[in-house]
Amino acid sequence: MTILRIPTPLRPYTGSNSEIEIQGENVAEAMEQLIQLYPALKPHLYNEDGQLRPFVNLFLNENNIKDLQGLDTRIAESDRLMLIPSIAGGCLDVA
Amino acid sequence: MTLEVDSKLLSQIHEHGQAAYPEEAAGILLGKAEGERKKVLRRLELINAREDAARHNRYLLTAEDYLQSEREATLQGLEVIGVYHSHPDHPNRPSDFDREWAMPWFSYLITSVEEGQALGSKAWQLVDDRSHFIEETIEITPASTRETIVERAGC
Repeated sequence: MTILRIPTPLRPYTGSNSEIEIQGENVAEAMEQLIQLYPALKPHLYNEDGQLRPFVNLFLNENNIKDLQGLDTRIAESDRLMLIPSIAGGCLDVA
Repeated sequence: MTLEVDSKLLSQIHEHGQAAYPEEAAGILLGKAEGERKKVLRRLELINAREDAARHNRYLLTAEDYLQSEREATLQGLEVIGVYHSHPDHPNRPSDFDREWAMPWFSYLITSVEEGQALGSKAWQLVDDRSHFIEETIEITPASTRETIVERAGC
């Protein structure tokens, strides 16, 4: 089992759990399992096209998977996967 | 939904917005949450990581910023409960871009800064279906006598 750490704002969707044990050969499978376990998370992690939202970052141990093999990055039982948001916004299109 | 914030802390958030003008200021709110109520106990003043040409109407706090903020919150027995940022020469309402990038549950404290002067802040929370924000009530409490601010240049 790999540990997946959930950031504070998403814990209301994981029964307040900050860490979840998850199985999978790679990060994509781990994310699929996460959504199966907690389907209410899906709209906050994926857009309408099924792509991860741009603020969703996944770190395997200390490394951003964007610097590894992305969602194809393989995971081991001893690994720690962290879901970490980037925070962004701005006033350009305020009505 | 209510966001309780110390008047001194809120003033310093306004000062951050004024200092960053005409660019957007941003930081993280640490505190405690109980039911529909959150209490801000610390703020982490962070660097707007957007490129020079975009900082007047966009802000970015990186994943590394967020990770460090959670670690700092844990060390202090607190939680990351929200984000603050300024809207230079724009109202303190969330933009569509704010909504697209918003996390659920967080309180988003937005300060309008007009011609370099902070006019006021409003707090917002994204609804579950991500379609819009709901305004939270801001409850301003008297300035605490203890140090409530954590200043830093970034992670």
